[in-house]
Amino acid sequence: MAVSEPIAVAPVGAAERLEQTWRQPPGFWGWFKNTHHTAIGVRFMVTSFIFLILGGILAALMRFQLSRPENNLMGPDFYNQTFSMHGSTMIFLFAVPMMFQGFGVYVVPLMCGARNIAFPRLNAFSFYIYVGGGLLLWIGYLLNTGVDTGWFSYVTLSGPQFSPGKRVDFWAQMITFTEVSALGVAICIATTILRHRAPGMTLNRMPILLWEKLTISMAVIFAMPAVMVVSSMLLMDRTVGTHFFNPAEGGDVLLYQHLFWFFGHPEVYIIFLPGTAIVSTTVAVFARRHIFGYVPIVVSVVATGFLGFSVWVHHMFATGIPQISESFFTAASLMIVVPTAVQFYCWVTTIWRGKLQMKLPMLWIYGFFFVFLIGGLSGVMLASVPVDWQVHDTFFVVAHFHYVLIGGALFPMFAGLYFWIPKMMGRMMDDMLGKVHFWLFFVGFNLTFFTMHFLGLHGMPRRVYTYLPEMHWGTLNALSTSGVALMSLGVIVFIVNFFQSRASGELAGDNPWAAGSLDWATPSPPPSYNFLEPPTVNGREALWEALPNQPIVGGLRDDVREVLITHSLDAEPEYKEEDPGPSIWPFITSIVVGIVFVESIFTPWAIAWGAAPVGAALIAWMWPKGSRPLRRRVEEKWSV
Amino acid sequence: MERLRQRPVLDVSGLPTVVFGPANIIWLGNLFYMLIEGTMFALLIASYFYLRTRVDEWPPGVHPPYLWFGVINGILLIISFFPAWWVQRQAPTGDLSKVRLGLTVMVVFGVVCMVLRGYEFTALNVGWNSNAYGSIVWTLIGLHTAHLITEWVETVALLAVTFSPKMEGRKFADIGVNSDYWYFVVITAVLIDFVIYGTTRLL
Amino acid sequence: MIGVGPIAAALLIDPGAHSMFGGASTQASHIEWLYWLIFWICFVVYVLVIAAFTRAGARNYRGDPGMLPVLPKDEAGDRRAGWFVGTAVVVTILTLFFVLVETVITGKKVESATTSKNPVTINVIGHQWWWEVIYPNPQADQTVTTANEIHVPVGKPVVILTNSADVIHSFWPPNINGKRDLLPGYSSAFWFQVDKPGIYRGQCAEFCGLQHAHMGFSIIAESPEQFAQWQQNQVKPAGDPTDPEAQRGKQVFLTHACIMCHTVRGTDAGSRFGPDLTHLASRQMIAAETLPNTRGAVAGWIVDPQRIKPGTQMSPNPLAPDDLQAVITYLQTLQ
Repeated sequence: MAVSEPIAVAPVGAAERLEQTWRQPPGFWGWFKNTHHTAIGVRFMVTSFIFLILGGILAALMRFQLSRPENNLMGPDFYNQTFSMHGSTMIFLFAVPMMFQGFGVYVVPLMCGARNIAFPRLNAFSFYIYVGGGLLLWIGYLLNTGVDTGWFSYVTLSGPQFSPGKRVDFWAQMITFTEVSALGVAICIATTILRHRAPGMTLNRMPILLWEKLTISMAVIFAMPAVMVVSSMLLMDRTVGTHFFNPAEGGDVLLYQHLFWFFGHPEVYIIFLPGTAIVSTTVAVFARRHIFGYVPIVVSVVATGFLGFSVWVHHMFATGIPQISESFFTAASLMIVVPTAVQFYCWVTTIWRGKLQMKLPMLWIYGFFFVFLIGGLSGVMLASVPVDWQVHDTFFVVAHFHYVLIGGALFPMFAGLYFWIPKMMGRMMDDMLGKVHFWLFFVGFNLTFFTMHFLGLHGMPRRVYTYLPEMHWGTLNALSTSGVALMSLGVIVFIVNFFQSRASGELAGDNPWAAGSLDWATPSPPPSYNFLEPPTVNGREALWEALPNQPIVGGLRDDVREVLITHSLDAEPEYKEEDPGPSIWPFITSIVVGIVFVESIFTPWAIAWGAAPVGAALIAWMWPKGSRPLRRRVEEKWSV
Repeated sequence: MERLRQRPVLDVSGLPTVVFGPANIIWLGNLFYMLIEGTMFALLIASYFYLRTRVDEWPPGVHPPYLWFGVINGILLIISFFPAWWVQRQAPTGDLSKVRLGLTVMVVFGVVCMVLRGYEFTALNVGWNSNAYGSIVWTLIGLHTAHLITEWVETVALLAVTFSPKMEGRKFADIGVNSDYWYFVVITAVLIDFVIYGTTRLL
Repeated sequence: MIGVGPIAAALLIDPGAHSMFGGASTQASHIEWLYWLIFWICFVVYVLVIAAFTRAGARNYRGDPGMLPVLPKDEAGDRRAGWFVGTAVVVTILTLFFVLVETVITGKKVESATTSKNPVTINVIGHQWWWEVIYPNPQADQTVTTANEIHVPVGKPVVILTNSADVIHSFWPPNINGKRDLLPGYSSAFWFQVDKPGIYRGQCAEFCGLQHAHMGFSIIAESPEQFAQWQQNQVKPAGDPTDPEAQRGKQVFLTHACIMCHTVRGTDAGSRFGPDLTHLASRQMIAAETLPNTRGAVAGWIVDPQRIKPGTQMSPNPLAPDDLQAVITYLQTLQ
């Protein structure tokens, strides 16, 4: 497309008209009609943070119970519910909704230079359905119907014979809710990245975070169906008498494990890769230079996404499968280390050849380096089958995955929050409180989880509500529990910092970090239309490589919610879509779907009579509404 | 106060607002949806063959499913590919009466196929709660039936919209994408028919 | 092995008791060797990488309050640095390949360390929350059935054939070998050979419900002569007690809920639902390595097992004190 000669832009009143066109409705019901990605993104982040706290409280309860041998703080039933809820909450209700959905929904459209996310109503629906899943699981727990079979609920323990009642049913259906939510967001994010990028942002100029979110969206698309299939099979075994996992009638317990881990392993990369993207983003900003090794890092991110699907059997090394298969999966599990190693080497080179400014987000990134690497290396040990035969299902593995999940997701998450909260609320977080938070959390974390390596090596299995004094595990357990106080205090400091900064923090301005990506090319917080002047892009760091007279996009109407759709490879402008604007239908549909999902674990007939209201809600959602179709019909321009 | 600034402008005012085929983002959304559901079918088919390795006799202790309802239904679905394809070709022309005709034909095919699918269920020769084989067969056909029904309802809804005064160009694009989903329903039907009816007899 | 001593000392942990260190068996020794090999490789990698990050950060560290201007691109310098990164990647790949090769070799050693001539064959069947242990014999009356305590001869190959009566369990004696899951619907073979006599504890390592934490077992490795003696004793059915209190106890046993679940060969009690008690008194612990086999502990267990292992399958037995003492006396005759 041709670029015009310089002309006067920013016509009088453009900002006001855009604000009028794009504003989201106020008031109580207005909140439920909001379809702008910044609002939904914040909601994902706030809600998942609440679940982080709830999951953390459960962890504290577990640690208190285990701090002494034969402790009687709680009995086995409550402990079993607590650890199962802890894992399920952290994985399904915190990690994916925060790392993928929260950060993705908020940052991606801004980083693309777009006015909103693609399929905004699907995005809103995905948030409400996620909340529904969280409520289902937690109301269950509070009613003594919490899942008690672990976060992965192996059969036959979780089957109808050995877990009668509704506990596992609530868990399995929570998975349906959260999996639908993640899939919805994946479709929105992938479409945004492929078709809503600013002109000039070719694939070769796409920020690493967008490459990562695209990869993760595809991983979600291929992995979530597996957990949908297996949790539905489990529900059917439990409610309508199927025999998928009943060995007596031709069913198979390993089928469950294969299907679950085919999802489960990609799941942990769905949690971890967003962390690496935050690292790549912030390392470049705080080393004041382009990331070193853009192409190797992009290839590594995509490769990790692919390879994540080839390692799942390493969760099943102790099941007695043939050695030849075990060797293959050892090889694959070792191979997947390589792309992550490549990223590490590129990061250290970026810092080495840059000028490091250790601002608050960067402190957390260094925490990531120190902590995640331990987890990655203990992962190498676990990949080795004979060693795994000893340490599988022990506290060694618990230590490993907490090092990679907390190191690989939570530390980057805090880095990302300190980095982007200024954009979201327009004020900087307090530096000193941020440092206090870091050190409390870093020390507490290592105290709690490093000791667990030794417990595992010395024979302590997972998921035990107590242990005998003769096992000599008491000292290490007490030491491990002592870290809880420090970590909790650190998180409290963060929350205090957040509310204080929101009220009276230093004003952030558009770009407090002098960063290079388009999310920093607009005021903090962004207006409802994101960009007054939709940008075009000249390089991988849009703002750093912008020409003095970098063109802006003109010709998008400001009286109608017009958005530009560009070509997936070279981001050339292709056509114009109209954003559907605020709508109550995502919320109503989520209520109807939620009711059907919940009812169906009590009676399978719910699917039959629920189909009609769900269908009606969806048709109402998609039906052309108001005067817009009539206006569009007059103005529409068909491509030939 | 407005600042007047001099900036070159990439003028997109002349771009179309109604596009068809892969250029349209709805097409992409539908592609992702088909990938998701396709993965579910692939995993169920893999589970079918996995469960088969656990027993000596297949189907275990029962007759294979009755062949003809499934085969005829499969053939009808393949034939229904043509009205779906024809509608997809008509949509970019904006010819409302042709599009209505095509959608109506699709709807009729859908009704016949759903009725036949009902008969298929009665002739599987095994219950979902008899054994693992029965469970996986019912689930495979059940999932596909859910898609058949959903796609049929969507086609009916689109047909209804064509009679609404609010019909517009973007809905013609949606009708085009709907045919893609129809092809998905047809292809998965053929695959599942082969697995359920074919492999129990051929392999 | 290198490393165990100082770390163990630092942690005040006795490495011999219920741990994967100590090399009590061929298998555990091989695995321990591999563990330390990989551990030291990882240790070196960690130190090098962290040193690099620390140096990288420190060498150009700037404490400016604002943000510095962006550095200009230096593509030539980046290309040179690329050689270092490439070398690091190649070294990484070679190291991982080395780990893979050692892993496969060690895996083969562990699986086939023992000759398969005349192994002692033991069926272990997992139950919620105890271990059924059977030494099969083509002659039915030579079959040993016991629970939770496994005797093996030192220096001879042992093969465990696994199964589960209910949910997935995992058989794990860390001093002896890695773990093997007991899967309902599957049976798999699991070999080991103990080199040093002793009592080695194991515990269930796959979450199996309410009392997963209290599902222990022990492997008692003794000389082949002692093992043969033990086996011969275990084969015998229970004799009639001579002591009057024991006789009374036997009557109580046979007329109460005990026989609903337990077998004592040589009597009418033949249920396989719970552990076989024919030689209960020869065992060191009861309730799956949870309690010592003493009068007091057994009494508490019989009267209210739910207090000790809440959720266990055994219901409370509120016996009159005399009856209880008699039953315990009887049980103590079951050597």
